[in-house]
Amino acid sequence: MPNPDQGGAAALSAAPTRREIHEARLRRRSGAIAAGSTLLVIGAIVLFVPMAPGWEAVRRSFFNAEVFRKTFPGLLEAFLVDVAIFLWCAPAIALLGLVIALCRDVRAPALFPLRLFGALYTDVFRGLPVVLVVYLIGFGVPGLGLPRPWNSPYIWGSLALILVYAAYVAEVIRSGIDSIHVSQRSAAASLGLSEADTMRYVVLPQAIRNVAPANMNLFIALQKDVALLSFIGPVEIFRQAGVYKSLLANFTPYVGAALIFLAITIPATRYADYLLHRQRRRQS
Amino acid sequence: MAKLVLQGVRKRFGQNLVLDGIDLTVSQGEMVCLIGASGSGKSTLLRCINLLEPIDDGTIHLDGVDISEPGYDPQAVRTRIGIVFQSFNLFPHMTAAQNVMLAPRRVLGRRPEEMAGPVEALFDRFGLKHRMGHYPDQLSGGQQQRVAIIRALAMSPEIMLFDEITSALDPELVGEVLDVLRQLRAEGMTMVLATHEMGFARELADTVCFLDGGRILERAPPGTLFTQPREERTRAFLSRLL
Amino acid sequence: MNKTFSATACLLLMTAPAALAGAHGDCAAGKTLEDGVLTVATGNPAYYPWVLNDAPESGEGFEAAVAYAIAAEMGFEGDAVRWVRTSFDEAIQPGAKNFDFNLQQYSITPEREQMVDFSLPYYTSAMAVLTTQAVIDAGAQPTVESLKGLVWGADANTTAVPMLAEIVQPERDPLLYGDNADVTAAMQAGQIDAALFDLPTALYLSAVVVEGGAILGQFPANRSENPDQFGLLMEEGNPLRDCVDAAITALTESGRLAEIEAEWLQQATGVPVIE
Repeated sequence: MPNPDQGGAAALSAAPTRREIHEARLRRRSGAIAAGSTLLVIGAIVLFVPMAPGWEAVRRSFFNAEVFRKTFPGLLEAFLVDVAIFLWCAPAIALLGLVIALCRDVRAPALFPLRLFGALYTDVFRGLPVVLVVYLIGFGVPGLGLPRPWNSPYIWGSLALILVYAAYVAEVIRSGIDSIHVSQRSAAASLGLSEADTMRYVVLPQAIRNVAPANMNLFIALQKDVALLSFIGPVEIFRQAGVYKSLLANFTPYVGAALIFLAITIPATRYADYLLHRQRRRQS
Repeated sequence: MAKLVLQGVRKRFGQNLVLDGIDLTVSQGEMVCLIGASGSGKSTLLRCINLLEPIDDGTIHLDGVDISEPGYDPQAVRTRIGIVFQSFNLFPHMTAAQNVMLAPRRVLGRRPEEMAGPVEALFDRFGLKHRMGHYPDQLSGGQQQRVAIIRALAMSPEIMLFDEITSALDPELVGEVLDVLRQLRAEGMTMVLATHEMGFARELADTVCFLDGGRILERAPPGTLFTQPREERTRAFLSRLL
Repeated sequence: MNKTFSATACLLLMTAPAALAGAHGDCAAGKTLEDGVLTVATGNPAYYPWVLNDAPESGEGFEAAVAYAIAAEMGFEGDAVRWVRTSFDEAIQPGAKNFDFNLQQYSITPEREQMVDFSLPYYTSAMAVLTTQAVIDAGAQPTVESLKGLVWGADANTTAVPMLAEIVQPERDPLLYGDNADVTAAMQAGQIDAALFDLPTALYLSAVVVEGGAILGQFPANRSENPDQFGLLMEEGNPLRDCVDAAITALTESGRLAEIEAEWLQQATGVPVIE
């Protein structure tokens, strides 16, 4: 026999309030509207784009299933080159970016040249198109007469990426350092910590955590810019797609390459957004 | 013997003269309370004693040594004079225990294993042993402020400075922090406090100084200053509070 | 008498091309982008010896001369030929083209023919190995065996890429570039030992562009597998194609095409043949 008290309590917690019912109805309604309008837009695209007079030519040129099948495995393999370049550039960028950021933050007058260097460095490398730096360093430095393997475009092209991206990362880290309230430095100083220890144990850990999402976005951009190394020789995915394009007079390989990039960058971008969102919530 | 002696201390921020000739003597084991309106210079005075701000004129002697001389190593002074701030200023990325152990480890070169016992004892003494592994944002304001006090005490300072340490707390949390101060007082710590807690100053202070416009306008034992203020301005200030 | 003869001859000479033009002009009538105008595309820039001084209007350079000869065959006077510039990608992109035909050393391949149309070939190219004297001094030989050990480069948009993979099969992955200038820059920087080009381009680059440049050898033009033949590129289904092919056939049969080749393309004597 059920206990009437218990039943009452259960009913109280289970029965939705009038407000909950109202809100649930609103949610269902807006969900239906969103789904409906999305379907409408997709339907319009599917229906009307193929009606364009050039659609058949575009489809053959960009969305050619046969070409896609033939070239996709080769593109995937070439993408491994992109991944490898990214993997050895990323730690170097993080390290150099940190060093440049610290250069810009030194306060001792004797180290003023370091500050000047840091400022100049970030101005110059943020002011240049990446592809230009890749060209100048990728062809220019080996042109000085370096022997193999030290003239490899992989080395100097990577260095170009590292130099440019370190400038951006340095600025991001510096903004992170600036965002740490002066009272944190005061508290550290009042405990007798040196400037260096204050930076290392108090300011930097907080600063780097604060700017992690921004840096994540930079590294997503880096993943895409690795393709710029193709200009100086390495056959990574963009170049491989270009070769296929030239051989087959068909742009489908580029679409394949785009899909591979998106498969990496979309989840990464979502993750960065999630980090940013979580951080905003924590700070508020 | 005078532990700390300030003579003619002046401090300027731009055109603004914040401290205008401060003379103050603090004896070993003495508790001095600084009272006065916001902007009267209490906080600045504390920051100057700790050498967080350089002074423009005058001298500060600690055990007879002039620590205000330009070029004097501020780090050496700061390990001997602790300060606790109104806004706690705990390091948010470290647990309470890590906050406390950072400076002894980096400044005094203590090894974590030799610190573990004393630090735990310190937390225990102020009723926070069970919070050692918590991060600041997991602690109440009162607990955070107590951790900040423990952090300063872990350096075994000779003098403690407290800068309105209860002003940022919800009223029901003020008591637990004042209890810590009572405990320190009982142990004979030399302390200088900037405070708005008049009842507390009256109860515990040896000396109360009323600051106004960057000067110590009146200095007396609490019994005298609170009941028979000599200066008109002191009287006006106190009457506004009551 | 003499006078009359020369007058008649003059008249004949003047009317004959006109009559000829009339005949062929009928073929092209209404099939060009713009009536009475033949729009021809070349590269940007157009390279020596295909076009001299990047000025195709002058008719100087092999492809410029071929274009004017074909135009004449089809009944277009010199001033009825208009030049435009395109990249390779623009040439193959879907949609309306801004040229009637495009010539910039496009190799005819069955794969490309699925997407665009090619004319009959106007030139069959030997492929040559461009390198530097330093590499030859270091022991490179015009044998496939020796070529395998070199670090190779090529223009990614050319049929040199599959040729490398099929004939040379280098031990290390070749480095590929976007245009000739980048290939030579990499060679100058010592990043590649050798690069594969059509012979006329290779001769020009070795003589003028690459410091210490040299030709190591050539894969002859009449090789049985994958001969590299250049054709005029047209939009797929371009109705002009038959007229163009007729013109090229006429030029080939009359020996005019060979004359033009002899005039503008250096005879590669003394370049060793790679077996």
